[in-house]
Amino acid sequence: MKIDASKPLEYSTEENSNKIFGFWVFLGAEIPLFATLFTVYFVMVNRFASGPSGSELFEIGPVLIETFLLLSSSFTIGLAIHAMRHGYKKAMMVFMALTLLMGLGFIGIEIDEFFTYVHEGATLQTSGFLSSLFVLLGTHGAHVSFGFLWGAGIMIQLWRHGITPATANKAFIFSLFWHFLDVVWIFIFSFVYLKGLM
Amino acid sequence: MDLDKFKVHGEPLIYGAMVSIALATIGILVGLTYFKKWGYLWREWLTTVDHKKIGVMYILAALLMLFRGGVDAMMMRLQTAAPEMKFLDAQHYNEVFTTHGLIMILFMAMPFIIGLMNVIIPLQIGARDVAFPRLNAVSFWLFFMGAMLLNISFVIGGSPDAGWSAYFPLASLEFSPTVGNNYYSLALQISGIGTLITGVNFIVTILKMRAPGMKLMKMPMFTWSVLITNVIIVFAFPVLTVALALMMFDRLFGSQFFTMANGGMDMLWANLFWVWGHPEVYIVILPAFGIYSEIIATFSKKNLYGYTSMVFSMLIISLLSFLVWAHHFYTMGQGAMVNSFFSITTMAIAVPTGVKIFNWLFTLRKGRITFTTPMLYTLAFIPIFTIGGVTGVMLAMASADYQYHNTMFLVAHFHYVLIPGAVFAVIAGFHYWFPKVFGFRLNERLGKHSFWWIVISFNVTFFPLFFLGLMGMTRRTYTYSEESGFGPLNMLSFVGAVGLAIGFLLLVYNIYWSTRYMPRDTTSDPWDGRTLEWATHSPMPIYNFAIVPTVQTRDALWSAKQDNIPLYDDTKITKIHMPSNTGKPFILGVIFFILGFALVFSLWIPAILSGIGVIVMLAFMSFDRDHGYYISAEEVIATEKKLKRGEIV
Ligand code: HEM
Ligand SMILES: [Cu+2]
Repeated sequence: MKIDASKPLEYSTEENSNKIFGFWVFLGAEIPLFATLFTVYFVMVNRFASGPSGSELFEIGPVLIETFLLLSSSFTIGLAIHAMRHGYKKAMMVFMALTLLMGLGFIGIEIDEFFTYVHEGATLQTSGFLSSLFVLLGTHGAHVSFGFLWGAGIMIQLWRHGITPATANKAFIFSLFWHFLDVVWIFIFSFVYLKGLM
Repeated sequence: MDLDKFKVHGEPLIYGAMVSIALATIGILVGLTYFKKWGYLWREWLTTVDHKKIGVMYILAALLMLFRGGVDAMMMRLQTAAPEMKFLDAQHYNEVFTTHGLIMILFMAMPFIIGLMNVIIPLQIGARDVAFPRLNAVSFWLFFMGAMLLNISFVIGGSPDAGWSAYFPLASLEFSPTVGNNYYSLALQISGIGTLITGVNFIVTILKMRAPGMKLMKMPMFTWSVLITNVIIVFAFPVLTVALALMMFDRLFGSQFFTMANGGMDMLWANLFWVWGHPEVYIVILPAFGIYSEIIATFSKKNLYGYTSMVFSMLIISLLSFLVWAHHFYTMGQGAMVNSFFSITTMAIAVPTGVKIFNWLFTLRKGRITFTTPMLYTLAFIPIFTIGGVTGVMLAMASADYQYHNTMFLVAHFHYVLIPGAVFAVIAGFHYWFPKVFGFRLNERLGKHSFWWIVISFNVTFFPLFFLGLMGMTRRTYTYSEESGFGPLNMLSFVGAVGLAIGFLLLVYNIYWSTRYMPRDTTSDPWDGRTLEWATHSPMPIYNFAIVPTVQTRDALWSAKQDNIPLYDDTKITKIHMPSNTGKPFILGVIFFILGFALVFSLWIPAILSGIGVIVMLAFMSFDRDHGYYISAEEVIATEKKLKRGEIV
């Protein structure tokens, strides 16, 4: 494999740079995916039937913690990549671990939130509004959960093999994914929760 | 567990299908064991990551599905051949037109095109493979398993029966209580993910792996069409992914997206479906335009007329294709303003399409035309597709559509677009590129026979449907009365369908005959081609090009032949890196199949287990440290020598 030393490690082979470009294209497909889910949500947002509306349901407290966790984790994954560029394996692992822990915290709060909703009688079956809410949040949450497993897998590989063109490439792609989930969350936070609470 | 769910109620037809599926399966298993081919199958095909072999598998699967969809079509035409026929009952007719539409579009036309794309694109851009060969295998197996899942529905549990567009509320659990539409949502989902991956893969391949010197505006037209198609795939398929997921939630978990009560909205489905559905039509037709462009240039011995306008018209078509979806339901209650908007965007598509038609005609003008089989299909395509287009503009007028909507006129229209636009194109491409892959041509005389059978019978089958539609015969009706007067034209259409079947059988016979008797062709360039795929041997070695060619002009090989520009320096052979085979994509496909099947029947424990299986497989694939192998320079030189002597390697 030809390694081009003038480029950062994660871009250093042709295969690596193709993978990064391919992942950007894949994110290009995630945009219509989430855009469709948001559209469905906006269509459904006032269709509560006999169930509760957003303003009756949402609580700002947990949502703020979720937002804080996810935004901070986006920052730490950035630091992890920074450490990677300098070849600090240990620092990189620590920042990745922090990222994943905050991701886990996010998922935990979201699951708790879902349980609370269901407890209050607001289920997937209750109304068009709730169906679209659960599926939008759930899709994002499923992405975060998948990201958690994926990131853990990459950490194991980093631990075993160190920072190589292959592991650096994977970690970098993972960071793109994680940032993307953050962007989606900002839309959810603004257009689902804040707007719903108004 | 309720075993009745798996049964399909007793009908000779179903038992016949069950027996034939069982016999075919046993036959294949026994045959493989008897001829000791299991190892060969696993090593050479199930684990392959070679784009050429994956392409061949796509095309084989598509031909198989063409047969299945064709049998469906014959059954429908037979059932409606005369008034009050008693061949299929209403339920079976519903299932048959639904699976026919789904299979023809998603499991025949699209994979056939993806197959050709797989075989040809890397060759045409001078690459050694696609960007992600293993993902390519994943794409294929997901498509294949999705197709199989839909196909078993006919004998296990019942097929989807709400039309290929599966409108709600008809497709809801309340009105379609069988598992049929569960199959719909899962089979399409699984193969759709495969298609999405293909989209990503080919965008990267085309944008990043072209031979040196091949600027974007020097790419062959087929490559351009495939690039644009894959961009459409990447933007349209996620919408289908969401729509199918919501459908699955509604049917399996009782959510309220498309229901009639509790705030659900049935029209949401229609919108989501067609936001994907209309671009989907262009996903199958744009590559066809590319294939025709190559064939016309080759067999007129001229540069393609209006290259730049060809590219721009495709770009405009792809953009507009996302802005026309509501023309599928003008009559379903949106306002006049909305209808006018969609009416105008729809008609606007006719403009870039017209540009392309004229470009092809101008390419033909004063060309030295040879009437080979692929060229005949291309020449037939132009007028027939134009009829499809003109009737399309008629349908585009919202107010007039109140007359045609849901009639046989529409059925005639879209077959007039899809059959010349997609089916003729893949058949033409199949004849055209066949010698590249297998090293011998298909027989021209048999090819022309089947061409005439297909083209004439096509018109006999579908032209009467325009009139039936205008007379008021609605689509998706399984029978009609004597007094309606629909009988004679339907009989004519049935006769045409029989002719079509004969034409397709001749085509298959041609493959068989040519494989046995056609002389091997050692020139590697049987049609005097213009683009890079003809610059390497036929059949090509696993690494495609011993040396990656350098491109200076648009039709690189053509100018190389005319002006003696060397495409590469023969002395500079170095070692070549290749990806190694892997069985993981196949296994992943099988697990997805089990997951789909378990979800169709709400078998939660197997579903959860196979869901975990998917994650575990993905982890295995991520941890894989096999980075391929090298073919040494000596080995490449030896292979090239053999190939030059006309030996098969
Ligand atoms: C090979 C000869 C073919 C024949 C004889 C044929 C015949 C038919 C018939 C009789 C119907 C149903 C009409 C009705 O009762 O509503 C139909 C529907 C349809 N066909 Fe074909 N067809 C053929 C090929 C194709 C091909 C190649 C495609 C696509 C690439 C295609 C796509 C469809 C679709 C999408 C429908 C609509 C299904 C629905 O109503 O849900 N057909 N065809
Ligand atoms: Cu359309």
